[in-house]
Parts: sequence; C-alpha cells; structure tokens
Amino acid sequence: MKTFRIGGVHPAENKLSAAEPIKVAELPKVAVFPMGQHIGAPALPIVQKGDKVKVGTQIAKPMENALSTSIFSSVSGTVLKVDTVVEASGYKKPAVYIAVEGDEWEESIDRSDKLVTLRDKPELTPESIIEKVKNAGIVGMGGACFPTHVKLMPPPQFKPEWVIINAVECEPYLTADHRLMLEKADEVLVGVELLMKAAKVKKGFIGVEENKPDAIKLLTEKCAAQYPNIEVVPLKTKYPQGGEKQLIDAVVRRQVPAPPALPVSVGAIIQNVGTAFAVYEAVMKNKPLFERIVTVTGKQLKSPSNFLTRMGTPMSQLIEACGGLPEGEVKVIGGGPMMGKALVNTEVPICKGSSGVLIMSGKDARRGEAEPCIRCAKCVSACPMGLEPYLLATCSAKKMWDKVEAEEITSCIECGSCQFTCPSNRPLLDLVRMGKQTVMTNIRARQMAAKK
Amino acid sequence: MNKLIVSLSPHVHSGDSVKKNMYWVCIALIPALLCSFISFGVGAIITTAISVAACVFFEWAINKFMLKNPKCTVCDGSAVLTGILLAFNLPSNIQPWIIIVGALFAIGVVKMTFGGLGCNLFNPALAGRAFLLISFPVDMTTWPNPGQGFGAYLDAETGATPLAIMKEAFKSGNAEVLKQLPSFQDMLLGNTGGCLGEVCALALIFGLIILLVKKVITWHIPVSIMATVVVFSGLLNLANPVYAHPLVELMSGGLLLGAIFMATDYVTSPMSKSGQLVYGIAIGVLTVVIRTYGAYPEGMSFAILIMNAFVPLINNKFKPKRFGEVPAKK
Repeated sequence: MKTFRIGGVHPAENKLSAAEPIKVAELPKVAVFPMGQHIGAPALPIVQKGDKVKVGTQIAKPMENALSTSIFSSVSGTVLKVDTVVEASGYKKPAVYIAVEGDEWEESIDRSDKLVTLRDKPELTPESIIEKVKNAGIVGMGGACFPTHVKLMPPPQFKPEWVIINAVECEPYLTADHRLMLEKADEVLVGVELLMKAAKVKKGFIGVEENKPDAIKLLTEKCAAQYPNIEVVPLKTKYPQGGEKQLIDAVVRRQVPAPPALPVSVGAIIQNVGTAFAVYEAVMKNKPLFERIVTVTGKQLKSPSNFLTRMGTPMSQLIEACGGLPEGEVKVIGGGPMMGKALVNTEVPICKGSSGVLIMSGKDARRGEAEPCIRCAKCVSACPMGLEPYLLATCSAKKMWDKVEAEEITSCIECGSCQFTCPSNRPLLDLVRMGKQTVMTNIRARQMAAKK
Repeated sequence: MNKLIVSLSPHVHSGDSVKKNMYWVCIALIPALLCSFISFGVGAIITTAISVAACVFFEWAINKFMLKNPKCTVCDGSAVLTGILLAFNLPSNIQPWIIIVGALFAIGVVKMTFGGLGCNLFNPALAGRAFLLISFPVDMTTWPNPGQGFGAYLDAETGATPLAIMKEAFKSGNAEVLKQLPSFQDMLLGNTGGCLGEVCALALIFGLIILLVKKVITWHIPVSIMATVVVFSGLLNLANPVYAHPLVELMSGGLLLGAIFMATDYVTSPMSKSGQLVYGIAIGVLTVVIRTYGAYPEGMSFAILIMNAFVPLINNKFKPKRFGEVPAKK
C-alpha cells in the first residue's frame, strides 16, 4: 500500500467520534468573526454597528493587492460592534460581533438537498468556477487556510497535471473529514470535478488512509460508477501523511523540492476534502463559506461528536453540547493533538480552519519532564523531511542561526513527529520553531537589503 | 472555571523513554547471561553482579558528591547496562577488584567526566575493557574452559579461545592448527572459551531479535558489521586457508556481542542511516584487520572504540536523505 517514503510516526489513532453522525450545532447567541481567518492579509470589515445581516451576507472584503479573501456572516441579526477577539493563535485580532436574531438566509442560496452535477450546469468555465470560489471566501479547510482561488491559478510557468484531494485526516482524534465523506460523498465528488475543471487537469486523486475503510469503499464505488477521472488512493496509515508534500509523495511518487518550490512545481494541486465540499456548495448552491464540520472530542469528554457548526460559534458552546469540560487541569486544543494550538480561553470562535476541538485532561494535558539527549537518532528516523531535529534544536538553542540555515531548517513542516518520538521528552519542535522563525526573518531581511 | 494548560504542539507523546530503551537492552542480554552461567558456572553471575553494583555505585556517588546533581541519574538504567556490558567483556574468573577498577574507569572517567549520559565520546563499557586489557593483560586473557560445573569461579581451569587458535594458525602458516577449533554447534551454544557474555552466538542473536522487534535499534549497524566481516574474512579464507572460515570469524570472540550490543550504543554511534552503514562497515574491516595482523587476538573492541572517535566526523559528512532531493521525472 502506498505511503510517503521518508520518516513518519504512528500516534494512537483515538478516533472516538468516527461512528457519530454529523449533528447540527445550535446557533450561538453572539457570533464572532475574526478578520484574519486565512493565510495572508486580514479581511476588511464592510459592516458597521447596527447593520442588519442575513445568513450568507458578506461582512468583510479582501484587502486589495494582497493575499486575502472575503468573510460572510453565518447568522442573521444585528452587528453589535467591530472590535477585537482572542483567536486560536492566542493573539487579539480585529473581529465583527453579530447578535443572532432568527435564522434568515440570503435568498440567493439554494437550500435544497438536490445534487447538482456538472451535467446540470454545462455553462461553467474554469474562470467562472474560480470567480465563484473567490467570491465565496473559500480557503483550505484542513487548517492552513490558504485562499483556494489563489491555489487554483498557479503562476503561468507551472502546468498542473493532477488535483490531489487530501482526505487523509492523519491527525489522531479528528473525524470531521471522515464523516463528511460518508455523509456527503456525491457532493464531495462533484466538488472534486469542479476543482479539476478549474485547474484544467484531467486526473484527480483522493488520498484516504486505510483506517477509514468505509469511506474508501463508498468513494471507490461511486467513482467507478460515475466519476471515471477520479481515483481513490488508499494509503497506509502514517503521520504526517496529510502534509501537502508527504501526500504528493505518497500518491504520485514525486517530491517537491525545498522551499520556495510549490506543490505545483511537480504538477500537483492539493485541496482538502472539506474544501472540495465547500467548492461544491459555493458553485452549485451559491452558498458562501460560513459553516463547517467540527469534531469535538477527548477521552474524558462525555459524548465526542461531529457538528455542522456555523462560523463564529464559541468553542465553549460545542464543549457544553458534548457534556462540558472535565474537572481539574485541562488543555483545550484547536485542531488535532499533533499540530493543534492550545487555547488560552474557550470563547475562541470556530473559524474557517477549525477542524476540531480536542480536550485533554489530567496527565495527558502535561508534557513529560525533559531528559538529556541520548543521541538515539529516533528523531532523525521520524522526520518526514529528512532533517536532523536533534541538531537543529541544539543549534537553535545555542543561537547558531547560520548553521541551522545551512542544515535546511526552513524545510521543517512543524509536524511534531520528532518531539512525539523523543524518548527523552525533549522540546525539539519548540526550539526548531524558534530557529526557523529567526532564519526566515534573516532571509527576508537579506532579500530586502538586496533590493535596495 | 477550569485552569487551562497552554503549550506548543505536539500535545501527545509516543510514551517511549530512556528507561524503557535501557531496560529492553538489559532484557535482551539476559539469554546470553543464562548461557554464560551454563557454560562457566556461578562465576558468570558473580562477575556480572559485582560489575553492575560497582557501575551503579560510582555513578550514584559521583553524581551526588562530586557533581552535586539532585536528579537521580542512576534511575535511567544506563549505569546498569554499562555494568552488564563491562562484565560481558571480562573472563568469568577475573579477580573482583579488577572489575571494580574497570567500573571506575568506565563510569568515572569515560562517562561522567564528559557530562554523563548522552555526552560521552566512547562506549564506557568498552573503554573500561580496553583499559583493563592494557593494564592487566594476563588476567584479562586467561579464559576459563566451559563446562566445569556450576560451582566454577576463580579456580577454574583455563585454556585457549578460538581466537587464539586462529591467530596461531596464521602466525605459524599452518592451516592444520585450525582443526583444534570448536565445532559450529559448540560456538552457537557457547560451549567454548572466551569472555563471559560473548560465547553463545544463539543467545546473542536472540537478543538482536528482541532489540529489533522492540524497535530499540535498527538493523543498519549490526547487519553491516556482520556482513562486512563475513565478506572480508571470506575473501581471506578463499585466498589462503590459514585464515579461518568466515562463519568461525563471525561467531568467535566478541564479534556478535560487539555488533549487536556495543556498536549500537546510542550515544556513540552515528545519527543517520547512511552514517550507521559506513560506521558498521568500517568496524567490520578494522576488526578483521586487527584480528589478522594486529598484536591482539581480538579486534572488535578496539575497532568500535576507534570508530567511536570518528562518529562526529561521520555525522558531519553523512546526512540523512533530505526530502525533495529526488529530481522530478520528465
């Protein structure tokens, strides 16, 4: 069975909510929309205090001449204020607060369940699809939140050959993508066709790990019957297979060169399976991106669940719906346990990239005590980028910035495999992140100086 | 309101620990210890116990009274492991005080002086053995014969080891001498003279399987050493029958013990797979060269110690294969 060729680890899967059908989360009383929900420049609010909005009303526009995208209201009601909110990163960011009144949708949105296929809309062109994706505020739903329309328009020197759908969900605990594939398979597959058409490629792959056999079976049958250009690729379960570069290697056996090369340098455009679904809804149902599936899970949580959640809903509301936080010390993580961010409060709103809320408590919430490095080389074997985490961490701690740059620290994808595997519990990734950020800053400073 | 804990990702851990790795190596050494008891009697157990106790004591005392470190470094199991490995490299009838001197050198000089676990350049147990071999050459090369009953200890009868026979054959240029070698079966089961932990090939290979299955080590170092020794000594054997059969070479002396348990020491072996292969091949070549042309009959421990010194250079030169270096097809 296919998988990526370098490194990787096997964290306990703990997919507690895999058998839980998607439930619709209750509407919040106040929905909060941070303006920086995507990579790039934050969006600019176009509403003011007192404005009335409906579900699907645009409330922020992309910053001009920058990597940015729009934001839409997920609720109907009145704008309370334009202020700041502490978001998942822990920083305060500008945000729009909307008091919820009823649930009135924009008339342009098609709310029926009827499947609309490409055959029903022969008038769609690659350009019109990309325009709709752009106007619906769609970003990568896997967590990186890169604006999708930009990915679909690579620089002209590159020629994409395939769209590869990331349905790997290699993070332990998370099951949102798994449930989406089971419950919205046709919509997802039409979404993949739309992405293929927009990127002007003939071949699409869906990479799914073998720990989701039901999804592999369902999608394979549907592809064989109705979508001959899409191939479902079962992958051997291994973390971080959902990393863009690892997925390309696993599916088409090509390795993206070191940064600044892009996946499209080897002919691949990667999109998350949740993004494919969002693209379907945007293009076929005229529905902008304002809700997503969120897994709320944890070993001490009463009822781990998958929710269809409106953006802006505070995480605390979802946690309450699953039985509330357990007693004692807890860690609330936005995302999965390998790459998710520990939150400073539970009022953080669900954003476009919120794939999950994970609660860890007691001993699980604490790191083990760090011991001396015994040079066992397990971090070197685990690193999916072929780096030497022990060396990068030690040299970063000693502030040897030139050395870590020469050792290709900028290739680090921050997957955490090294720290996960370290028998001495060393904070390898903490140190490597610090080194990587410093080196990136140095590189940018050099580029600026060279321009002058 | 709960107290929220905040830390950077990753938020889960494999559960692996230094302790687990050290104790799995100790467990993998138990079959060899049992075989040694059967071959050499109670002396094997006494020597191992003295060595472990001395290593643990010296590490504890140095850590507590000289370094004044409040953390328990003995608890990680590395001193126990060094003790077992040092004992395995000694004859079972050696005087207890010599063992204690070896333990002091191994722990006190080779390990703790450099900063303790993770910082030592050389394998402590092997360096201890080399120190004793140079300081007490007669005691260190007088090996008891196997099969003298379970009570055999200091007064055990002694005799020549396979390595000494091989050396003699080469020196005299007479291949007939090799006929004195024990049978393959005896070498597999440990029914031959030698250091207490090195004689039973079968038990050592069983230990290797434990280490591989528990993912304590990877195959690269042991397999590259063994393959190199078999190929190199096989070529010598083909060229001239005064050189022993490659399988005899493989199963005699400390080769298996060294390849499986000493060369794979985490701290003193290279970090990348390619580096580990280079290191293993170099150890294999050096071992055969020393065994064949050197002054000592045994070359394994010196070969490993010499290559320990090259590990930093190997780490600098042999990097893991980076992602993305494969040129795209087209």
